[in-house]
Amino acid sequence: MKRRTVLSAMVAAPFVARAQARPRVVVVGGGFGGATAARSLLLGNLEVVLIEARDVYTACPFSNAVIAGMREIEQQRFGYGAIVSDGVRVIRDTAVGVDADRRRLTLESGASLIYDRLILSPGIDMIWDAIPGYDATAADTMPHAWKGEAQTLLLRRQLQAMDNGGTVIMSIPANPYRCPPGPYERAGLIAWYLQRTKPKSKLLVLDAKDTFSKQKLFQAAWKRLYPNTLEWVGLSDGGKIARADPRAGAVETDFQTHRGDVVNIIPPQRAGHIASVAGVADRTGWCPVDPATFESRLVPKIHVIGDAAIMGAMPKSAFAANAQAKVCALAVLRMLNGQAPDDPRLINTCYSLIAPNRAISVSGVYRPLNGLLADIDGAGGTSRLDATDETSALEATYADAWFTTVTTEAFG
Amino acid sequence: MRRALPGLALLLMAAGPPPPGASSCTGCHGPTPQIPSLAGRSATEMLTALDGFRTGKRPATVMDRIAKGFTEAELSTIAAWWEDRK
Repeated sequence: MKRRTVLSAMVAAPFVARAQARPRVVVVGGGFGGATAARSLLLGNLEVVLIEARDVYTACPFSNAVIAGMREIEQQRFGYGAIVSDGVRVIRDTAVGVDADRRRLTLESGASLIYDRLILSPGIDMIWDAIPGYDATAADTMPHAWKGEAQTLLLRRQLQAMDNGGTVIMSIPANPYRCPPGPYERAGLIAWYLQRTKPKSKLLVLDAKDTFSKQKLFQAAWKRLYPNTLEWVGLSDGGKIARADPRAGAVETDFQTHRGDVVNIIPPQRAGHIASVAGVADRTGWCPVDPATFESRLVPKIHVIGDAAIMGAMPKSAFAANAQAKVCALAVLRMLNGQAPDDPRLINTCYSLIAPNRAISVSGVYRPLNGLLADIDGAGGTSRLDATDETSALEATYADAWFTTVTTEAFG
Repeated sequence: MRRALPGLALLLMAAGPPPPGASSCTGCHGPTPQIPSLAGRSATEMLTALDGFRTGKRPATVMDRIAKGFTEAELSTIAAWWEDRK
């Protein structure tokens, strides 16, 4: 009881001092989730602060097309100018500490900020020790190309430099990870690139699971389009890699060693570092949140959105991060106004290219149920297996339009 | 440079907050001719389209899968909200 009183006094002091000021919501991370959340919060009479270390955000959706030489990296870059002119205070810094009792966020520069609500959208970090031999240094030789511009361009250059007749190896992790269908889109587009420019080459895909997103659609497309180029090996056939050897350009499974001229290892992942600093990540490395407000299950007044969060059936995608950001922003506004949050509905649609101008999609509609976001029965699902080329071309057009719209909503 | 369109925040200022589901629409519907904005469109026309998607009578790539996640009443509220956006 006494302890609570002391704590309340500590919390109350800064709040009283700022009682006349507008509530301050601080958003950490300027990707699809954070940028959308910051802009959406401007609806309220709030001070909105966005903490982001970079001047330019390099978007992941469509980066597989950059890797396959179908698209240029410039099309992936987005700045924060519009967000600033909208009225968000963007601080170019990195969040390094959270004192949840005092609602204080500390930045790398040494500055600190008091928040009324904190929204973390930190994306993912690689778990470097998950695959023996695969650490941050190994990624300079065997790129993951799963976040950041440098990694994307490194894999693209390696593919371009490879001789005709070379072998490309991809390693795909078990669930959950950023963008469930992304590795399979990448496999198809790399196969397309090899078939077109280096037709004697092979792509070996080593997968730590037996089933994956849009599997039937991907496998049908691969069989039809890249039958002699792409080989997929699932978990039960020895697809899980146990070790990486960057010097030898080799990966080992329990059964054999594979040598590749280009090796792309997508390692297991967890929520971005600030999530564990803030205490919102659990033992899985991800952040459990309330499905209606995205408030952390572990620490009050901290919300987590996007890839870092886990809340049930919604996948880790840019579309989902954007949708969650808007629902979270509205919930935060309502809670700051003393209102109860809505019972929201969220939508996700993920497009994957199987070749240039050919795409497939998976969609879902979600609602809070028993503390999680659950799929609404009868809704969602994938493109049809018997879709015509015309339909796949239309889906590719929609994928392109989606990217324009979602990046405009997030970054202006 | 692309024109900076009003984000959700500006859309909201025009009237009340979006009903459940409506804020997801702007993930795809926005400044492209392929998937145009829904702001200010006739609620009756939108409902006719959504009903066609829901029942499978109107061909679609993804809207058939999405519309099935909502009741008629929910779709009606969403359509009315979009009609009110300017």
